[in-house]
Amino acid sequence: MSSAEAPAIGLTHGGSEDTGLGHRGPESKSIVVPYGFWLFVLSDMVLFSALFATYASLAHATDGGPASNELFDRNLVAIETMALLLSSFTCGLAMIVAKRGNMIWTLGWLLVTGLLGAVFLGIELYEFAKMVGEGAGPQRSAFLSSFFTLVGCHGAHVTAGLLWIGTMMAQIWTKGFREHIMRRLLCLSVFWHALDIIWVAIFTIVYLIGTLP
Amino acid sequence: MTEHDPEKLNVAPGQPHDSMLTETISYVVGLGFALVLTGVSFWVASTSVLWGPGVAVGLVVLAIAQMGVHLVFFLHITSGPDNTNNVLALAFGVLIVFLVMIGTIWIMGHMDANMMPDPAIMNLQMQH
Repeated sequence: MSSAEAPAIGLTHGGSEDTGLGHRGPESKSIVVPYGFWLFVLSDMVLFSALFATYASLAHATDGGPASNELFDRNLVAIETMALLLSSFTCGLAMIVAKRGNMIWTLGWLLVTGLLGAVFLGIELYEFAKMVGEGAGPQRSAFLSSFFTLVGCHGAHVTAGLLWIGTMMAQIWTKGFREHIMRRLLCLSVFWHALDIIWVAIFTIVYLIGTLP
Repeated sequence: MTEHDPEKLNVAPGQPHDSMLTETISYVVGLGFALVLTGVSFWVASTSVLWGPGVAVGLVVLAIAQMGVHLVFFLHITSGPDNTNNVLALAFGVLIVFLVMIGTIWIMGHMDANMMPDPAIMNLQMQH
C-alpha cells in the first residue's frame, strides 16, 4: 500500500493504484511516441476542419464561374475513393505481417499501399489539370480557391505519405524490424488511416453533396 | 512489442494487438463496412427515389458512420480501459472540429443573409 498515499485524481484504471506517472514511471516509448503522433494527427484534423469551414462558407461564391455540379466527375471520385480505401486496408495488412517480422510480405503490402496511393494522386492531379485547362483554376472564384486549398492540402498530405512509405520501406529493408523502426511504421499507419478518414469527409461534402441536383 | 501484456494500461493508437487471424478479420470486417457505406453514399447521391432535401443530411450521417468504422477497425480506438487516453484525445479533437465547422457555418450563414448588399452595388462589384 506504499503508493496508496498518491491522490486518486485524474485517470485511474479500474481501481488501479497507478496514477500514470507513479512508481512504474512513464509509459514505454512504444506507447508514448505513437500517442504523441495521434495528438498531431488530431490537430491536423482541426486544421482540415478550418479548411472545410472555409469551403462551406464559400461554396456558392462562384462569381459567375463554374459551380461544383458542372465540374466534378463522380465516376473518377469513386475510383479515387476505392483506391484510397483499399490502400488503407493493405496498410493494415502490412502492420499485421510487420509485427510478425515477415520482411517480404511487409514490403509487399507497403508497396501495394504506395501504388494505390499513387493511383489516387494521379487521378487527383489529372482532375486538377483538367479544371485549370478549362479555366476553372484556383484564381477563378472564391469557391474554386477554397476547393483547391482543401483538396490540394489533402493531396499534399498523400504526397508526403507516399514519400514516407518509400523511406519506410528502405529503412525496414536495411535495418530490419527494430523497435524504433516499428514505432515509425506504426506512426505511418496512423497517418495513412487518418488521410482516408479526411477523404471520407471530402468526397461526401465536396463531391457528393456538391453535385446533388 | 509482440506479446500482449495483461498488465499494460495503455495501448498505442493504430496498434493491432491480437492473434494474426483476429487482427486480419478486424481489417476485413472494417473494409466490408466501409465499402458498404461508401456504396450507399454514392447510391443515395445519385438516386431520385429519396426525398431531395433529406439526401444531404443522410450523406453526412453515412460519412460520420464510415469515419467511426475507420476509427474502430483500422485505428483500433476502442472503449477498453487501455484506450482511455486515445479516446479522450479523440473526443477533444472532435469537439474542436465541430466547434470550428458548425460555428463557422452558423455565423457566416447569418452574416451572408444579413449583410447582403443591394443588387445594384453587387453588380458594380462583379464588374470589378
